[in-house]
Amino acid sequence: MSSLDSATVKTIAYLARLRIDDAQCDALAAELSGILQWIEQLREVDTEGVAPMTSVAAMTLARRPDVVNDGSSLGAVLSNAPVPVDDYYAVPKVVE
Amino acid sequence: MTDALTSLTIAAARDALAGGKFSAVELTEAHLQAMGGASGLNAFITTTPEAALVGAAEADARRAKGETRGPLDGIPLAIKDLFCTEGVRTSAGSHILDNFVPPYESTVTGKLRAAGAVMLGKTNLDEFAMGSSNTTSWFGPVKNPWGPQDGKDLVPGGSSGGSAAAVAGRLCLGATGTDTGGSIRQPASFCGIVGIKPTYGRCSRWGIVAFASSLDQAGPMTRSVRDAAIMLAAMAGHDPKDSTSAPVAVPDFEAATGRGIRGLKVGIPREYRIDGMAAEIDALWRQGEAWLREGGAEICEVSLPHTRYALATYYIIAPAEASSNLARYDGVRFGLRVPGETLDEMYMNTRGEGFGAEVRRRILIGTYVLSAGYYDAYYLKAQKVRSLIARDFAEAFETVDVILTPTAPSDAFAIGENTDDPVTMYLNDVFTVPTSLAGLPGISVPAGLSARGLPLGLQLVGRPFDEETVLSAAAAMESAAGFDAAPSGC
Repeated sequence: MSSLDSATVKTIAYLARLRIDDAQCDALAAELSGILQWIEQLREVDTEGVAPMTSVAAMTLARRPDVVNDGSSLGAVLSNAPVPVDDYYAVPKVVE
Repeated sequence: MTDALTSLTIAAARDALAGGKFSAVELTEAHLQAMGGASGLNAFITTTPEAALVGAAEADARRAKGETRGPLDGIPLAIKDLFCTEGVRTSAGSHILDNFVPPYESTVTGKLRAAGAVMLGKTNLDEFAMGSSNTTSWFGPVKNPWGPQDGKDLVPGGSSGGSAAAVAGRLCLGATGTDTGGSIRQPASFCGIVGIKPTYGRCSRWGIVAFASSLDQAGPMTRSVRDAAIMLAAMAGHDPKDSTSAPVAVPDFEAATGRGIRGLKVGIPREYRIDGMAAEIDALWRQGEAWLREGGAEICEVSLPHTRYALATYYIIAPAEASSNLARYDGVRFGLRVPGETLDEMYMNTRGEGFGAEVRRRILIGTYVLSAGYYDAYYLKAQKVRSLIARDFAEAFETVDVILTPTAPSDAFAIGENTDDPVTMYLNDVFTVPTSLAGLPGISVPAGLSARGLPLGLQLVGRPFDEETVLSAAAAMESAAGFDAAPSGC
């Protein structure tokens, strides 16, 4: 049975880039462990030789001509930007 | 007159508009007035009355010239706030998108607009469509118009809870919903309306805020099976912008509702008679069986042996896909940004503050099951079990045309119930999730009332892209059930 401890929850939260209050970590670990223990019932199922489902509908993906068919909509693209600077999205500095 | 206008079906309103009995503007005004009187339900996140009246006037002007765009021309509808609508805020029920105004229109809502439908507003939902009670919305819970019961407000179900409440409460003639594991069918059952999740690929997902891409499907929520057929015909169709949208023709769904069911083979899956099933749910299910038999259908038992593993499979696959889809909300390009010293801090602050508890929980589960060392044990295993669940259905459909099940294990519960343990809430979708995993069409039809006087639905499931058979059986069951109860005051 897998159960998650507080430290693992913190690691997963960092992978998902989610700020989690330290105070919440224990409760969250218990909750997530409960869900994981519940989903582990799948181990009972014999899946030997079963192919994983990769597409819901049996369909070949369509192709289209490799041409530019959209674009030149800078205003629309930036219209929801939290911090637009000139024609760019601005973020905290990542290179010193 | 106003009450009469809001109680119509889409089919009746269409005929009356065509006959000049009233105008689209009058029809829209009646609904806007009803919405104003029912704001306590919290069914809408955003209302668009001015645009609605403009749209209605345009429909009237077309009709005056002898033109019409078809059965939805001038029909007032509500849109789940998960469909991107150009120039109208689309929040997905989340703080992280509460300022997002899409510069584009989803394919499905674009089709409805092109068909002349009038949009009344955007309906409330569980945050990012993750929930079965509409209590996870940043904009607060929706109240089921059938409540309160014993002094407590009831949930409308979820995630399309605002749409279900708006249709049941006579605030619109129909609404769009989306269904990932039961989010159209379970609220339809809780609110006493019809809701169909079509086959995966029938409606384009383009412009619908993604939850779990291999499961999400749009569908209509209405007060009759015929209305569901009318709306579905307008929403469906191939869209090159969604690579999973199927290049198949859209049949005449409305005509299918009149087909009859003589000789139809209906399967009853024995594994759905779960331990602890409420006696009234079991009784209603047997009643549904009797109705279909009396209508000339042949009933037989079928086996779907992997049913009991469907929920666990779903709660691996859906969070895994959600954690990937929701990675885009990072405060850079749109939506909420909460500043931080570094880029990573900004991401973490934005996502920590922007997502609610249920969404955070699912992102964490999804991230965990996809992480190195666990992918095979959880995600790959779940995709294999999913294959087996789909195979069960394929084998059953070799002998039957349609499958009958309950829609939900209970009637509507009170707001605040079932929240102590996430798994208890997930059990709401026990009868709807298997169909979603297999990508099949499923409809919920109001079939009766519980001992407490609340609506209960029955579900019919069909073969891929055979919504016509599903609709024909649903219409037969609807007519046998004669469900004509309505929330008090409606």
